[in-house]
Amino acid sequence: MRLEHIVLHNLRRRKGRAVFLVIGLLIGVATVVTLLSLTDALGRRAQNELENFGANIIITPRSDELTLNYGGVQLGGVNLVAKEIEQANLVKIDDIPNRRNVATIGPKVLGAVEIEGQRVMMMGVDPDAELKLKRWWSIAGRSIEKGNELVVGDSVAKRFNLNMGDILQVNGHDYTVVGLLARTGSQDDQLLIAPLSVAQVELDKQGQVSMVEIAALCHDCPVDDMVNQLQQALPGTDVQAVQQVVKTRMHALDQFRLFAWGVAVTVVIIGALLVFVTMMGAISERTREIGIFRAIGYRRWHVLHMVLMEAAIVSTLSGVLGYLVGVGATLVALPLLEGGKATWHWNPTLAVSAVLAAVLVGLLASLQPALRASRLEPSEALRAL
Amino acid sequence: MSLITLDKVHKNYINGADCVIALNKLCLTVEEGTFLGVMGPSGSGKSTLLSVLGALASPSSGSVTVDGIDVYGLSAEKQADFRREYLGFIFQSHNLIPYLNALENVMLPLAVTRFSADEKRRRANDMLKRVGLPDRMLHLPQQLSGGEQERVAIARALVNSPPLLLADEPTGSLDTTNSHQVMSLLKELHEDGQTIIMVTHNRENLEWFDRTVYLRDGQVEKDVQSCRDQLPQAI
Repeated sequence: MRLEHIVLHNLRRRKGRAVFLVIGLLIGVATVVTLLSLTDALGRRAQNELENFGANIIITPRSDELTLNYGGVQLGGVNLVAKEIEQANLVKIDDIPNRRNVATIGPKVLGAVEIEGQRVMMMGVDPDAELKLKRWWSIAGRSIEKGNELVVGDSVAKRFNLNMGDILQVNGHDYTVVGLLARTGSQDDQLLIAPLSVAQVELDKQGQVSMVEIAALCHDCPVDDMVNQLQQALPGTDVQAVQQVVKTRMHALDQFRLFAWGVAVTVVIIGALLVFVTMMGAISERTREIGIFRAIGYRRWHVLHMVLMEAAIVSTLSGVLGYLVGVGATLVALPLLEGGKATWHWNPTLAVSAVLAAVLVGLLASLQPALRASRLEPSEALRAL
Repeated sequence: MSLITLDKVHKNYINGADCVIALNKLCLTVEEGTFLGVMGPSGSGKSTLLSVLGALASPSSGSVTVDGIDVYGLSAEKQADFRREYLGFIFQSHNLIPYLNALENVMLPLAVTRFSADEKRRRANDMLKRVGLPDRMLHLPQQLSGGEQERVAIARALVNSPPLLLADEPTGSLDTTNSHQVMSLLKELHEDGQTIIMVTHNRENLEWFDRTVYLRDGQVEKDVQSCRDQLPQAI
């Protein structure tokens, strides 16, 4: 016979109260776990969506001379007669410490070409990378693949009255229009888009690129660190983070997280009050019993120990069950949100935290009732004596 | 040698606007091995005396010494240790824990001791056998008769082998047969050298005591040593 034995017997005897406490705390824990799991899953989903929304790091040749505004983004100096970035150096991006956070690398070569005596900007791209970076592009026809193929911007198509399948003479060379880019409202409307290698030859920039756009997965990486790493890997270039995009992402996620935590804290406070009131009631009900314990030689600490142990057992059970119910609720709710695209990830920190928080809340809420019980004078508790 | 010494013990309670004197500078000594009966009318201070002796209610003034220990010079936690090591309580209403069986109720005082689980069980077993309940060990209190519950309470009071047993009307709620059984048991314990102080209203119990103290208004009105023939006719 130990104190634990008495506590377990008491819980078994007062099953109704124990179940009520477990359910009360369980609902609190489950709500918190559900909210935080949903926040996490939706956050990850939003992160992926946003990362697909476009580049957030841009690498340009270092220049103190001309600047070029492209796509609303202020680029580093692009001096068309000055040096470009050596394409061979781009493999160094694979060596930076945060390489796993690099989702897409989109090298581009830019230059002016002549069509029917008029100058137009040609952009050579890696088609696969570019389509990942420009998810909003809508191309009638198909994308460029290889050889002298072009996707033409909306303004260029209208200017030269181009249709799919047309043969266009660029600097005297024949190109086939395989796709028409729907109006984007950006400078992409004024481009001739060709495969990178073809454009490099056409612009006489073999092995060179004018700029590189990078989409970084920054759920758990600081963009500034990546910028520094890229800067060191590619000397002679300017690496810039598109801060606004990153900050917007973080702000949206932070707002959602803040809301979830607000609800979580409210639920935890309600749970704590429930435990407090129930334990106070239990202590009042057990006054005589506590008097017996004290009369036969139990120290105050023994009484405190028994009440807190009871709270710890109930809270631990609530924490474990609450976590499982929370995960279950998340799994049920996720398919209904975000078209089922958001997925649940096992988060051991959340699991451990949920149980620990439940125990902590249970113990803190029971502390005052436990102290009250331990301070009961045996003579007051045992009026029968 | 005196096991217990009460020196000018005064105890008063505040009851609303009134100050009630429960013990009035009471002096008393009890020798080791005594079976002391405490009698007196309601409000005479019998239960208060037992509470003060049991380190349950500190006196307003005066001192209580048990086995050379100044009981109220101890801290609250040391008083708890004192109750566990020196005292056994038998309550009028048994005060068993309803969700523990007889064996577990008897083991209750041992739960906070360092004895091994086997030793605790052995002691409780022995004690229940001694009070005549070897076949009722696994019964819950509500499955036991009043007399059996009282015997479980006695076993619980004795399981720590305390030098002093305090009993508050242990036969108060029992019929004649059960009362006799309980008193026989206490007498048996007394004959084995156990010091017992028992509060009672029942004059029939006087025959069992070897000393009886009569209280009135918180003071010793009469102290009768081993002399049943000299008992007053009315209390």
